[in-house]
Amino acid sequence: MSGTALDSAVACYVLALGDDALVCAQRLCEWATRAPAIEEDVALMNIALDLLGQARSLLAYAGELEGSGRREDELAYLRDERDFRNCQLVELDNGDFATTMARQLLFSAYQFELYGALSSSTDERLSGVAAKAVKEVAYHREHAAGWVVRLGDGTRESHARMAAALGTVWPFAGELFEPAAPAELVAAGVAAEAPSLQGPWLSWVTSILSAATLDIPTVTWAPSGGRHGLHTEAFGYLLAEMQHLHRSYPGATW
Amino acid sequence: MPLSPDGSAAAPWPLWEVFVRPKRGLSHTHAGSLHAPDATIALQNARDLFTRRQEGVSIWVVPSAQITASSPDEKDAFFDPAGDKVYRHPTFYEIPDEAEHL
Repeated sequence: MSGTALDSAVACYVLALGDDALVCAQRLCEWATRAPAIEEDVALMNIALDLLGQARSLLAYAGELEGSGRREDELAYLRDERDFRNCQLVELDNGDFATTMARQLLFSAYQFELYGALSSSTDERLSGVAAKAVKEVAYHREHAAGWVVRLGDGTRESHARMAAALGTVWPFAGELFEPAAPAELVAAGVAAEAPSLQGPWLSWVTSILSAATLDIPTVTWAPSGGRHGLHTEAFGYLLAEMQHLHRSYPGATW
Repeated sequence: MPLSPDGSAAAPWPLWEVFVRPKRGLSHTHAGSLHAPDATIALQNARDLFTRRQEGVSIWVVPSAQITASSPDEKDAFFDPAGDKVYRHPTFYEIPDEAEHL
């Protein structure tokens, strides 16, 4: 790969990671003032803020690599649906609290393995972001696990809802482990090898589900396409809410 | 108050007192209180509510019901007798010049 082609490939990869964090943050923000307790409200917003911080670093870097002059705000607020590279898992509707926790469990556990691997990326900027973020997502993972175990191993009602929630989000986890970067980037030590993250991910998730008395759902379909700009019906509404202010008042500041 | 799925009021989460140690060498200090269903979640909530701005390196949570507190009504009997006993303060000693860091 030539220098420019390499930059462009890294930009695409970093953009996907940034979009994952951005969209997950936006979804979690919908819980503000609606969480089951005020303590949980603050916890969810802290997690959302961590993710937003990761998104900012990653999108800013993607913009620099692109060389087109787009900054983090342009990337977050002025792209349309088909230009977003996030996995579909993070854009799924929040559903009930169990669904949000199931989604967070799978996603944070994935981010934990991903950032762990990227901490030793040969791209120093990426390894710096990952080394900081891996501590954040370690907490997100524990937070989600705490609720999945309590709800799964709770009352008959909470168990049924947690099991249903897991069934809803589980098929979307497959996309996380599809190659998200060209083989050259993996070979150069820049990008993580996504399929290799699945083993440790599954092993940890299984241990949590076992403590939660939940079974791994039977997968009947394998949704995919987020990395290529194909998104679910829910995503357009999320973007409309996230982007309307910036689009209505370009350059608006506090 | 949290509501259970059928809309009735669920039992509220118990209250916990939170103690935060600002840094090594200092004592844990009472930071506030919060609600949580159990000790582990109480610790997580405490981390999110009281150490978001690097206020601490260690947290204790204690069920509020486990704390026995002195009563405001007994304040006089408890604390006033110490008021006129200035000799309990170590202020009546000559400090030798050689003793540093006192």
